[in-house]
Amino acid sequence: MVAEPADPVVARLCRLCERAVSSLSAVGAGLSVVAQNNQFSLLAAADPASERLEELQLVLGEGPCIDAAAARRPALIADLGQVEPTRWPVYADAVRDAGIGAIFAFPLQIGAAQLGVLDLFRAEPGPLSGSELRHAFDLADEAVTILLDGQEQRSAKRSSDDVMAGPVELFQAQGMVMIQVGGTLTEAMARIRAHAYAEDRRLIDVAREILGHDLRFDSDQ
Amino acid sequence: MSTVSAERLSRIFVEVADTLVDDFDLLDFLHMLTVRTADLVGASAVGLLLADQRGRLQFMAASDEQARILEIFQVQGSEGPCFDAFRTGQPVLNADLQAAGDRWPDFSRHAVTAGFRSVHAFPMRVRREVIGALNVFGNTVGGNFDGADVQIVQALTDVAAIGLLQERAIRRGELLTEQLQGALNSRIVIEQAKGAIAQAHGVSVDEAFTALRGYARRSNRKLTDAAQEILADPAKLGAPTEH
Repeated sequence: MVAEPADPVVARLCRLCERAVSSLSAVGAGLSVVAQNNQFSLLAAADPASERLEELQLVLGEGPCIDAAAARRPALIADLGQVEPTRWPVYADAVRDAGIGAIFAFPLQIGAAQLGVLDLFRAEPGPLSGSELRHAFDLADEAVTILLDGQEQRSAKRSSDDVMAGPVELFQAQGMVMIQVGGTLTEAMARIRAHAYAEDRRLIDVAREILGHDLRFDSDQ
Repeated sequence: MSTVSAERLSRIFVEVADTLVDDFDLLDFLHMLTVRTADLVGASAVGLLLADQRGRLQFMAASDEQARILEIFQVQGSEGPCFDAFRTGQPVLNADLQAAGDRWPDFSRHAVTAGFRSVHAFPMRVRREVIGALNVFGNTVGGNFDGADVQIVQALTDVAAIGLLQERAIRRGELLTEQLQGALNSRIVIEQAKGAIAQAHGVSVDEAFTALRGYARRSNRKLTDAAQEILADPAKLGAPTEH
């Protein structure tokens, strides 16, 4: 175990990585985030070994995490031995030498809002089962909400609504709020969630109010 | 609905084959398929839903994207002909919406209010797995599909599934999951762009979608790329106006 980080968001994400390892029979899990300048940085990991596996991708600029973020879809590499040598010429060898047989990278995103990537490392090659895959997606969704909560300082509490399964109105409202506050899509969703939490309302109801012009957010709020 | 002509059908399959050759945008492709299917069978609206990782149906594309129509597709996350076709793997054919109040209370209320009278749903399959459903709405009762129509629309639904695979031989089961997740996320990007355009230009989300599609066409970009671009730089469509 890594020493408990001071930042509560990072601490929660480290625990999430630890849970990913134990519940998905993995040997490592790491989470990287995208900064304003589109550069990745490591934010949380299950242990020091995971940290090295994760960081190596960022240093080399190649690996499933990088691909998942670029393509905005998961990169599920069930067998690193089957990966074409040209795909990740340095990274693939390095992780195989570290005893890793499979890597599963899940982008942490809501549409065009990219927050980061969750990587899962397994020793044995082979695909995740259907239920493991669903669980991994659940963990990725949970990581997105933790990151959103971290954005919104006014409310550290979580709304129980599922942001990822939102109806289209929620995403339309997110686009509107992005323009209203003159910020990013991530900030927009954080603001909508914080408002829903503070007013004890469902996300969809808040979204409909925004779409109906009954509620708007300001940049200086 | 009338049996379709072989000539129109073959034109559609040529168009499909043409699209699948290039690097194409899945959402553009699925939209094209829903429009062509609606034309072919004389339907009022055709829509396509895909299941997310939790097996919940999410809206992907429709021949008509007006908000009131999107609602009818969305409500089928929990009930309706698409929900049934997805669960059972069997098509739902020639359902009379005014007589469907017991079977699908929420769905039929929405659909009848929107002016539809009949509905069909076709399961979308990849190998043995059902991954979504195609929804066909008519505004008359009695314009039923005959056996040939059913086969044709099911064939078009299968073509939509092929589009999703993109690669001709799917070597890894993981690839389908990657594609599906990418497609679901692209749909969210479109909705975000609709909202951003609506706010920046003081128009409805329906008008925003028309503007987005127009921008994609004029600039010869994929719909998803155009949406990304506008979200990254909302001024691309012109100076935002106060609303």
